[in-house]
Amino acid sequence: MLILECPYCGVHAEETELHAGGEAHLKRFGPGASDEDFHDYLFMRENPKGVHLERWRHVNGCGKWFHAARCTMTLEVFGTYTAQTSEPPQEIKDKISAKRPGWTWREFSA
Amino acid sequence: MSKAQSALNGASYAGLAKVEETGLGGMITLRGDFASAGFQAAVKAATGCDVPGVRKIASSEVGAVAWMSPDELLLLVDYAGVDAVVAQISEALAGEHHLAVNVSDARACFAVSGEGAREVIAKVAPVDLAPGQFEAGDFRRTRFAQVAGAFWLDEAGVFHIVCFRSVAVYMYNLLCTSAHPQSKVGVYA
Ligand SMILES: [Zn+2]
Repeated sequence: MLILECPYCGVHAEETELHAGGEAHLKRFGPGASDEDFHDYLFMRENPKGVHLERWRHVNGCGKWFHAARCTMTLEVFGTYTAQTSEPPQEIKDKISAKRPGWTWREFSA
Repeated sequence: MSKAQSALNGASYAGLAKVEETGLGGMITLRGDFASAGFQAAVKAATGCDVPGVRKIASSEVGAVAWMSPDELLLLVDYAGVDAVVAQISEALAGEHHLAVNVSDARACFAVSGEGAREVIAKVAPVDLAPGQFEAGDFRRTRFAQVAGAFWLDEAGVFHIVCFRSVAVYMYNLLCTSAHPQSKVGVYA
């Protein structure tokens, strides 16, 4: 059972209170973008075995979207953080680095 | 104008706990900036309460107010007076970014009381209901089996549940099933 702490209401919500929202920190490419950028924005997703950054929504709860950093292999949760950011905060990066030295994910790394 | 009726006409059931539909409740969804002095004053005027802390409910003789999210409160007031309270809030917060809506008729209200009340709710909601973990004044939005709902515990030891009126029958049947006399687990006994 995956348990994530909602950063807005503080509930340690188990998976059935949450809704998965896919990959975190996507940059939107819309009108005026190149076909290649638009294609990648629509279709290209990370599928790592290990460190992953995701969006989740506390749907059966306070209703807010937030971010989670976790390991897809062990289901270990490194931390959750606010949705009002376009990159993982240093505190979360440090937590990942403590457990998975040398990690990288898209343009982010230890 | 027709006479307003609650979803289940006050149905009740006695099992491990007493389950009852508590009739029409006045409810207002209020969204805005909790840090604003005007917002705090409007909440106080409407309910007699200060803005509650995270996942808490505050109550007074006038009404109650529950924490729904970092920018949303649920105001509980007398059913008959809801529209007047909404008008009063809208006037007080004119010019300030906010939302105040009468949602009373979109909701159903239940009470679960008695010895087995904690267990009856714990069976159907993913919330730690152990004494000390959930106490009077605590408020929680969650799911009850397959439907969304919120609940709190009052000073008299009664759990109050609110959900959408459209799922009132589901909620009632769910709570009655959970309160079936032969379904005792005894985990909090
Ligand atoms: Zn939450």
